[in-house]
Amino acid sequence: MSLISALPARAATIALRPAVAAALDHRTRAAALAFVAAAAWLLVAFVILRWPDLGDWGRGPELAWASVALAAILIVSGALAATGSTRLGRLQRATPWLIALGLVFSAWEAGSAKLGWLAQPFFPPPHAILEVFTDDWPKLGESIVASVKLELLGFALGAAVGFLVGVLLGRSRLFGYWVHPVLRLIGPLPAIAWLPIAFFAFPSSWSASIFLIALTTGFPVAVLTWSGVASVNPAYYDIARTLGASRAFLVFKVAIPAALPQVFVGLFMGLGASFAVLVTAEMMGVKAGLGFYLQWAQGWAAYANMYAALIVMSLMCTSFVSILFRVRDRVLSYQKADLKW
Amino acid sequence: MVSAAVAFEAGAGSSLDLRGVSHRFALEGAPLDVLDAIDLRVGAGEFVALLGPSGCGKSTLLRLVAGLDPPSEGELFADGEPIAGPHPSRVVVLQDPTLYPWRTVSANVALGLEARGVLRAQRARVGETLRLVGLSEFANAWPHQLSGGMAQRVALARALVNDPKLLILDEPLGKLDSLTRLTMQGEIASLWRRAGFTALLVTHDIEEALLMATRIVVLSERPARIKADIRVEKPYPRHRGDPELVARRHEILGLLGFESAW
Repeated sequence: MSLISALPARAATIALRPAVAAALDHRTRAAALAFVAAAAWLLVAFVILRWPDLGDWGRGPELAWASVALAAILIVSGALAATGSTRLGRLQRATPWLIALGLVFSAWEAGSAKLGWLAQPFFPPPHAILEVFTDDWPKLGESIVASVKLELLGFALGAAVGFLVGVLLGRSRLFGYWVHPVLRLIGPLPAIAWLPIAFFAFPSSWSASIFLIALTTGFPVAVLTWSGVASVNPAYYDIARTLGASRAFLVFKVAIPAALPQVFVGLFMGLGASFAVLVTAEMMGVKAGLGFYLQWAQGWAAYANMYAALIVMSLMCTSFVSILFRVRDRVLSYQKADLKW
Repeated sequence: MVSAAVAFEAGAGSSLDLRGVSHRFALEGAPLDVLDAIDLRVGAGEFVALLGPSGCGKSTLLRLVAGLDPPSEGELFADGEPIAGPHPSRVVVLQDPTLYPWRTVSANVALGLEARGVLRAQRARVGETLRLVGLSEFANAWPHQLSGGMAQRVALARALVNDPKLLILDEPLGKLDSLTRLTMQGEIASLWRRAGFTALLVTHDIEEALLMATRIVVLSERPARIKADIRVEKPYPRHRGDPELVARRHEILGLLGFESAW
């Protein structure tokens, strides 16, 4: 074979080689990560089962076997990754996190239940927290329902009133004259400051809490809705007016849709602030909900219950935020289309 | 407010009558005089271009004619009726398309029908009007996806869907690139010839005025007064190199104080 005719073929193999190598490299890397993660979780199980607990905590074996099960799944996903399959792909993306968590859980188990390096009873081992979920779930579930109900009612009420006030502030001079000073005076005051008054001014601590959550949510929603309505491009109104729009049309079909992106900023701010009031109100007065559970657990020095409640609480808050994100993306979907002509 | 069921006859333009119209803005300290005793009569179906130095008050005059602001002094009449506020038979197209970003192209075009409560009965007009401006395929696109020229065409369709008797154009082509501009000058002129509405165009571009209008009103520096009223009797489509138009252009440049620019 002459040198010249051999050249293209060689060039092709050279060009092909890095791509194939990269693919293979990616596969072995994904598989290796999965196996390391499996090892980390086997380590968790090993630490739990190998040494006896220093104290009396339940659900150790259950956590160990759950870790073994997770390790088994990880081994399967590693084997799949090695063959280039994309099944269990989500799990494969999480392997670095699973390695870290496995190591943290192992250290936590060893440091708390086995060696006693972490002060007890303040830092119970993971399997003690698992015990709360498996054995105290009726009470925990009840608390979740109570918290979600309180938060939803307060937030919905506050968002609705705040939105209405914001629109009226943006559209009515008379309303602004009376309400703007009140809003300026009261708005920045943390709602918690109202707590003592609210608890005796309202018929129940529950309705007082709804009021406080609504107040906290309402302020940022009102201010941002107002600024959104006030900053609507005046040409939008001119165009609508020359096309025959009524006053109601200008409010509902021009001002409000134009202000919606700002309204959502206010809703996010209000939602974040309302969590603080929810938990405080539950701790101070309402005899139900995760805040109450948290305080009750602390009163009994049941620290595992406290951590369990904290985990659930953070899951609840983050779920609320994600739901609001979903709603916003849906309502403001027009901002998302990125194909341009 | 105007009754929603007003039916507009296609092909009928409004006549306009401006009598002693003056306008001033209440700025801090001294009021700013913008328009000074403007007398102008526009016949039904005319295409009048308003030319004048930058900031002389042309756009203010359009706002008064549209009924968006009342004049400080004087009276305005459309078809003999005093102009007391906006009316869906007098529609405005601005320099910026000002499409509503939360509405699709067709929903933007439907705005006037929706505002007058006749969308259900006249929905077909949305599609017809979009076809008129050549954007049928983009009915479901969002405004931010459109190019400048396309967005301005949608704005034009949004105005035309109301079957206006008076189309008020405030530098509608001012921000477009020069080629799109040439195309749309021809398109607007032919739409006007077909539909028969009266058109009032503010522009900085003398050539544009000469290519499109039947009459050119030259305004002075602020406060604006009418300096000249020139008829352009030339059949359409007009050509930029036409010697008569070139001569007119020279004449208008002189009126605006740019004799030496030729």
